[in-house]
Amino acid sequence: MDQFTLNLLFVGASFALYIGIAVWARAGSTAEFYAAGRGVHPVTNGMATAADWMSAASFISMAGLIAFTGYDNSSFLMGWTGGYVLLALLLAPYLRKFGKFTVSEFIGDRFYSPTARMVAVICLLVASITYVIGQMQGVGIAFGRFLEIDAFWGLLIGACVVFAYAVFGGMKGVTYTQVAQYCVLITAYTIPAIFISLQLTGTPVPALGLFGEHTASGEPLLAKLNQIVTDLGFNEYTAAHGSTINMVLFTLSLMIGTAGLPHVIMRFFTVPRVSDARWSAGWTLVFIALLYLTAPAVGAMARLNISELMWPNGTDGEAVSVEQIESDPEYAWMATWQKTGLLGWEDKNGDGRIQYYNDANEELQERATANGWEGNELTNFNRDILVLANPEIANLPGWVIGLVAAGGLAAALSTAAGLLLAISSAVSHDLLKGQLTPNMSEKSELLAARISMAAAIVVAVLLGLNPPGFAAQTVALAFGLAAASIFPALMMGIFSTRINNVGAVAGMLAGLVVTLLYIFLHKGWFFIPDTNTFTDANPLLGPVQSTSFGAIGAAVNFAVAFVVSGMTKETPQEIKDLVESVRVPRGAGTAVDH
Amino acid sequence: MSENKDPREYWAANVRLILISLVIWAVVSFGFGIVLRPLLAGISVGGTDLGFWFAQQGSILVFLVLIFFYAWRMNRLDREYGVDEE
Repeated sequence: MDQFTLNLLFVGASFALYIGIAVWARAGSTAEFYAAGRGVHPVTNGMATAADWMSAASFISMAGLIAFTGYDNSSFLMGWTGGYVLLALLLAPYLRKFGKFTVSEFIGDRFYSPTARMVAVICLLVASITYVIGQMQGVGIAFGRFLEIDAFWGLLIGACVVFAYAVFGGMKGVTYTQVAQYCVLITAYTIPAIFISLQLTGTPVPALGLFGEHTASGEPLLAKLNQIVTDLGFNEYTAAHGSTINMVLFTLSLMIGTAGLPHVIMRFFTVPRVSDARWSAGWTLVFIALLYLTAPAVGAMARLNISELMWPNGTDGEAVSVEQIESDPEYAWMATWQKTGLLGWEDKNGDGRIQYYNDANEELQERATANGWEGNELTNFNRDILVLANPEIANLPGWVIGLVAAGGLAAALSTAAGLLLAISSAVSHDLLKGQLTPNMSEKSELLAARISMAAAIVVAVLLGLNPPGFAAQTVALAFGLAAASIFPALMMGIFSTRINNVGAVAGMLAGLVVTLLYIFLHKGWFFIPDTNTFTDANPLLGPVQSTSFGAIGAAVNFAVAFVVSGMTKETPQEIKDLVESVRVPRGAGTAVDH
Repeated sequence: MSENKDPREYWAANVRLILISLVIWAVVSFGFGIVLRPLLAGISVGGTDLGFWFAQQGSILVFLVLIFFYAWRMNRLDREYGVDEE
């Protein structure tokens, strides 16, 4: 059986599994859509939340970014897990006690203002659409690879599949489908990692293998990797190269953003009890950590494998020949990925070999001139392909490659569909029915939901044609926006009785606007190329890159809210009582619909 | 179970627990993983230093312990102050 058929088989079988479970679970209980988590054990709920949350950014993109940057991208690992501490300690139990279903409803009630609810909806939409752009990038790459076509066509086909998937609806709400998606996703991520860890270090646990011994050389794996990459003129893998301030702000933005993402917070509204909301956050992190502890090992080991494939005779010897790339089955993955337009090489100096090195490094110039090298010849290696290509790079059996394709699609599709549902319910329920046309019939509400879903996909595809970065970086921008707008309003709503309606609205708007402005100034207006005034290599505010600005936006939000609240009318007594009641678990009923 | 304890005391105890937890949260990630990494450079772990381990593994493990510790401690506090769910 050829690889193409095998991929199709795995992807098809996994989809059949999700649909089968959705149908079976529906027949069993037609419980309401959003309340799927109620009555479900915190462990099961944690697994489902982990599948909902881990997206193309975590599965497809993150390890690739770590592989090519090393230590400096540790921010993704700490940021996307540390946010759960904030969520568990500062938000989840109180929002559960409050007992409504959406984030904007809490903000609307706590700040006793329909305007606050409206502003929260707008913040939610901006963050979610940015997030969908990143997901669509991942979907495009996964479809491009497994159908062996250009990533652009992969994106279009992927968009249609996501739309059908989200409209088909219920699937997302059914907790057990997500549990199945989590199982597919985590198996697909860890099996190749275990194989590769065994090949390189003899340890079956990748997280331990990362700090273990490289069997072939007898040196520690990371020391070996440092030596190879520096030989080729790249930055030392384990050393810090970027600005410390930027790394701190970037990590903080990702953490605050995690705790401010509406589709994650929503999961904690529906657990049975306040104490379960606390446990549930912990179990979610357990299941996320299984992938996050493995990801840095995947990155480092893939980087080592790629470097060794390009220099099969060692970094002092001859580079790999074009003939070997074209004929040796170990290099077959390069030809397959070339078809997606995300990998490319060119024999610039015509010596029949592909030299992969850092041609921007002055120190390597001498060796390059002496050997007649005319620049790096591995001309294109999109970071986002690394995880999907990893099993092929390590020469693993065909079924592992098919499994990884299925896992990547599960991650991207589940999150993209979930976000589209959040967007459509925000538009049709919160914005249209809640504010503009309260007399809308249920039928037209449903129609509005479908239309806004289609519109969101079109916008995401259009903006996704010129993505502002690799998938995980695009998603990081979405986290910055959520960090600057939603999180501070929620936290102040619980921990301070002083913040009033005007203060909260002013704070959210200030945080959202400055962050959006900073992103557009660096990434281009609406991500259109060449409309940017600054670049992330040379940012407006010293070392602060656009992906790191969310933490500053959040600080602006807090400050504006405090100042404005101090100058305007005090919070009424009944709202103070509401805050007091949210702070104690006693008396929590089940979550109620509006 | 005493029902008479002051709810303000319960809230103060909760805020205190949150602050302690967040200090640990910040020290392992922003501290050991980033800013204080040079101080840990002397302690080597598998071909690199302890700061690198905290940045890519250790902080995540500590986060897990923190969340479970907080959940356990708060559920006990709920009962002590008689504000748990019946």
